[in-house]
Amino acid sequence: MKRLLRSPAGLGPVIVCLALAAPAVAQEEQSTAPYAYRQLDDPAKETKAQDLMESLRCLQCQGQSIADSDAPIAGSMRSLVRERIAAGEDPEAIRAWLIERYGDYVSYAPQLTGLTWPLFAVPAFFMLVAFLLLRRRFAGKTEDAK
Amino acid sequence: MMAEIGLAALWLAAALAGLQLVAGSLGLTTRGAVLGGAVRPVAMVQGLLALLAFACLIYVFSVTDLSVKLVALNSHSMKPLVYKIAGAWGNHEGSMLLWVTVMGMAGGFVALVERRLPERTMLATLAGQAFVSIGFYAFLLLASNPFERLSPVPAEGNGLNPLLQDLGLAFHPPTLYLGYVGLSIAFSFAIGALITREVGPAFARAMRPWVLGAWIFLTVGIAAGSYWAYYELGWGGWWFWDPVENASLMPWLAATALLHSCSVLASRNALRAWTVMLGVVAFSMSMIGTFLVRSGILTSVHAFAVDPQRGTFILALLAIYIGGALTLFGLRASTVTEGERFALVSREGALVFNNVMLSAILGIVLFGTLYPLVAETFGAKVSVGPPYFNPMGALFAVPMLVVLAVGPLLRWRRDRFARVGKNLVIPAMLVAAAAIGLLMIGGVALLPFLGLALALGLAWASLLPLKGRNLRRTPLPIWGMVTAHFGIAVALFGMSSESAFSVEKLVAVKIGEVTQVGPWGVKLDTVEPVAGPNWTALEARLLVRYGTDGKVSRMLPQSRSFWAPPQQTSESALLTRWNGQLYAVLGGEAPAAGDKSEAKSDAGSDQGRWQLRLWWKPFVPLIWLGGLLIALGGALALAGHVLADLRRINLRSKIAYRRERQGR
Repeated sequence: MKRLLRSPAGLGPVIVCLALAAPAVAQEEQSTAPYAYRQLDDPAKETKAQDLMESLRCLQCQGQSIADSDAPIAGSMRSLVRERIAAGEDPEAIRAWLIERYGDYVSYAPQLTGLTWPLFAVPAFFMLVAFLLLRRRFAGKTEDAK
Repeated sequence: MMAEIGLAALWLAAALAGLQLVAGSLGLTTRGAVLGGAVRPVAMVQGLLALLAFACLIYVFSVTDLSVKLVALNSHSMKPLVYKIAGAWGNHEGSMLLWVTVMGMAGGFVALVERRLPERTMLATLAGQAFVSIGFYAFLLLASNPFERLSPVPAEGNGLNPLLQDLGLAFHPPTLYLGYVGLSIAFSFAIGALITREVGPAFARAMRPWVLGAWIFLTVGIAAGSYWAYYELGWGGWWFWDPVENASLMPWLAATALLHSCSVLASRNALRAWTVMLGVVAFSMSMIGTFLVRSGILTSVHAFAVDPQRGTFILALLAIYIGGALTLFGLRASTVTEGERFALVSREGALVFNNVMLSAILGIVLFGTLYPLVAETFGAKVSVGPPYFNPMGALFAVPMLVVLAVGPLLRWRRDRFARVGKNLVIPAMLVAAAAIGLLMIGGVALLPFLGLALALGLAWASLLPLKGRNLRRTPLPIWGMVTAHFGIAVALFGMSSESAFSVEKLVAVKIGEVTQVGPWGVKLDTVEPVAGPNWTALEARLLVRYGTDGKVSRMLPQSRSFWAPPQQTSESALLTRWNGQLYAVLGGEAPAAGDKSEAKSDAGSDQGRWQLRLWWKPFVPLIWLGGLLIALGGALALAGHVLADLRRINLRSKIAYRRERQGR
């Protein structure tokens, strides 16, 4: 949480409180950032922003993306994303920037790193196991199925 | 007084569970055989006592007896009665009491009606059920007593989280728990069958209705929970891959696989070890889910470490039960033969394929849910969300859905694709047509694209098993299968359509202003205060019109302020048409800074602007309609199996009666 206190100016007033206390405070102080509740005029850019927002985590709430939250910080982050998209920045660059500030936690899309490689190895592993299982089960059995 | 009665009933029930375990185990030996007769009655009484304890808890909540700590912490005298009652299970202790109540009742119900299996297997099964119950009774009595008194008695209670004060959510947990804990029966059956080495078609036929019953509740519970999240959280999302949601999805995936392997075992005496394994896994997933939700580990691994008593307790229970069952499985698996063989292209082959795919999806959900916890213990925080689960799940779900279209058409044991191929021409053409159509529309992401195309083909293919049948004489389980598979197609279409075609509009409008979202014109007519039993609210009246339609409808979204506990919620308003839903949320009064550009232009007219969040979501209700169809399919299959059993029992008793008369 300490990192939040050093939040960039663009994020506006960030209320640091623990997840459980969040709902009570969340809606009483709505974000006043310009693009928290306002869409970009260009629909293509807005779609881009929306896709990115849905995969960024609201740091204050439990298990919600910034696109699904009334928390002030989520509003500020939405605004930040929209402003940067409007300025022509690439969504993945914005994600990288946010990860640099807030750590991997902020992104719902795990990046392939030394820490997260098992997340990607496991599906491949399952694929392999499924293939072997099915092959063992059926190899050469088509004829002697009784 | 009622609290003490409840507590006493709970202790008695726990003691009886102990007796049930001892009598059931000894009943299996030659010396203790006489004890076997006590097991069924004990199981029934144990269930009733648990129910009594639960009734006591509901009573203290409904009269708001604030001397009970749990009531004081979670309820409030100024709350509608239905939410007082729902508050009984809207907290940790109460929901655990609900857990053991369902578990006791399920065991008692099995003891009452299940007479198809050899009595030895039943004794082992009921002993297994008691063995699991004891752990949870101990957890409840030692670590989370729901009937604890409070002194001095506070003047007023803390209230229930307003998000939970909603009819949908009030009845969501009991439904889900019936499914969650109902799977304990499958677990106990698996243990019983392993102990007595009686794994065969009879075992599968006996277990199937119980699994089906639990699975139906689980399906309804998940669908209801998803719909609740959709309309109550006010952002139009319906599935978040949140660990709590995953906790309910995992047992469902395992139970779905179990259901299908059960039918292979029942009809073909194949997949014996696999079915038993799934029986163990399904309820293990329920327990892991409970651990995740109830231990506080989700908030943070550190929160768990600070107050580890409850978490450690459940973790120990998990280790004992899952570890124990798997050990038993390991010891006995070699004696459980695989059973009958079959070819790849056969009904069994398709079911095995889908079982493997379902298990892989289960594995991914489990791993993705647990990985952030593991990473956190190493001091790193990562998030795993939709961008991970959606594609990784689809990797296995797409082949599964393709096989789902073909599998029900195949014959048991061995078949040829050539025989069923011509039936699949129309579904394949539908898929191709949908794909071409979507390509022409353009801009649809890969997953919804696949989903929409597959959904159309699958909807047709799922009905094919009815082809050439006399519909009136088609057995109910076939109807059930067709309905459930059709439901999958319907839900898939809804999900994909929602993610491909939703239109979002966030605006700040003045009274009287009209805005456009998708095909809808929306006019903010008034914003007025209204009051409820324990809240006040601002209510917007929106006048909405579809396209050039003459009909104007009203929508009344509210922004509610509850005062105990003080919290605001957005009550969304939904308008359902055959082709989708319009979703409206009233936000706050727009901050002046909200419109940098326009603030200048109308700086003079400082009239209030209101924030509206509007979504047009084509075909979104199909998600839950599909879910209900899936559950309905389960119910039809269950009814079919139970009716067939009753007919058989009836016939048998008639034959016995006739024989007796002729013998005289």
